[in-house]
Amino acid sequence: MDYTKRNIKYNEYVNSKIPKTRSWPSLFYAFIVGGLICMIGQGIGDGIRAIWPDLAGNAVSNYVSIILIFIASFLTGIGVYDRIGAFAGAGSIVPITGFSNSITSPAMDFKNEGIIFGLCVKMFSIAGPVIVIGVLSSAIVGLIYLFL
Amino acid sequence: METFLTYLYVFLVGGFVCMLGQILVIKTSLTSARILVSFVLLGVILEATTLYDYIYSFAKSGISVPIIGFGASLAKGAILASKTKGVLGVFTGGLEATAGGITAAVIFAFVFALIFKAKTKKS
Repeated sequence: MDYTKRNIKYNEYVNSKIPKTRSWPSLFYAFIVGGLICMIGQGIGDGIRAIWPDLAGNAVSNYVSIILIFIASFLTGIGVYDRIGAFAGAGSIVPITGFSNSITSPAMDFKNEGIIFGLCVKMFSIAGPVIVIGVLSSAIVGLIYLFL
Repeated sequence: METFLTYLYVFLVGGFVCMLGQILVIKTSLTSARILVSFVLLGVILEATTLYDYIYSFAKSGISVPIIGFGASLAKGAILASKTKGVLGVFTGGLEATAGGITAAVIFAFVFALIFKAKTKKS
């Protein structure tokens, strides 16, 4: 059997073994969980605004992000966030809580390899590219607006 | 009534954004890193075209809590700082605006990773 034929057969085998995400229920759960997380964020923001009415809008949204990141990091620590992610899919990845989870989760997993080379290095294995692309593209946008 | 409508929009827009992400997961089997990257990029583009501010005017947290909001505040910081500080602003503006979130994520991840042990995943 030549290589190309074997590769095709192998790929077919791999594809048949990959767990398929069932489309409709997972879309529904992603919608509900994502929407709920955003509503929690809105609730935290409204709460902060009610307690400290003089805060600037910018500061409020910063506090909301920080609190959501804290909650998601804690839930990742006690193992609850992974259970939410198992059925919510992108509903738990796309909100800022997913960003927090993507930093805490590898940090925990690789703690055994040492604080520096395990925890600190692997911490950014998912969030690193996000920050790189974000910083790069925002600097390009800033540069464009500089000349406008 | 007004707050109810706001929360309804937050829920609908936030849910819709996450559903878009889930469609990407199903159709293209992208990893979570690629999904996060593409949504941050989307946020930067939305902010650069001022579409983000229009969506934010009614969706509030529905668009700012998804990682799109992170990209948008990166771009907003870079744009504002480039107006006030010039070339230096292009370099400092983006991360200055998002420093709170990134620092919080690093601190809490470090602390909780030290405290908690990773659980073996049940398959």
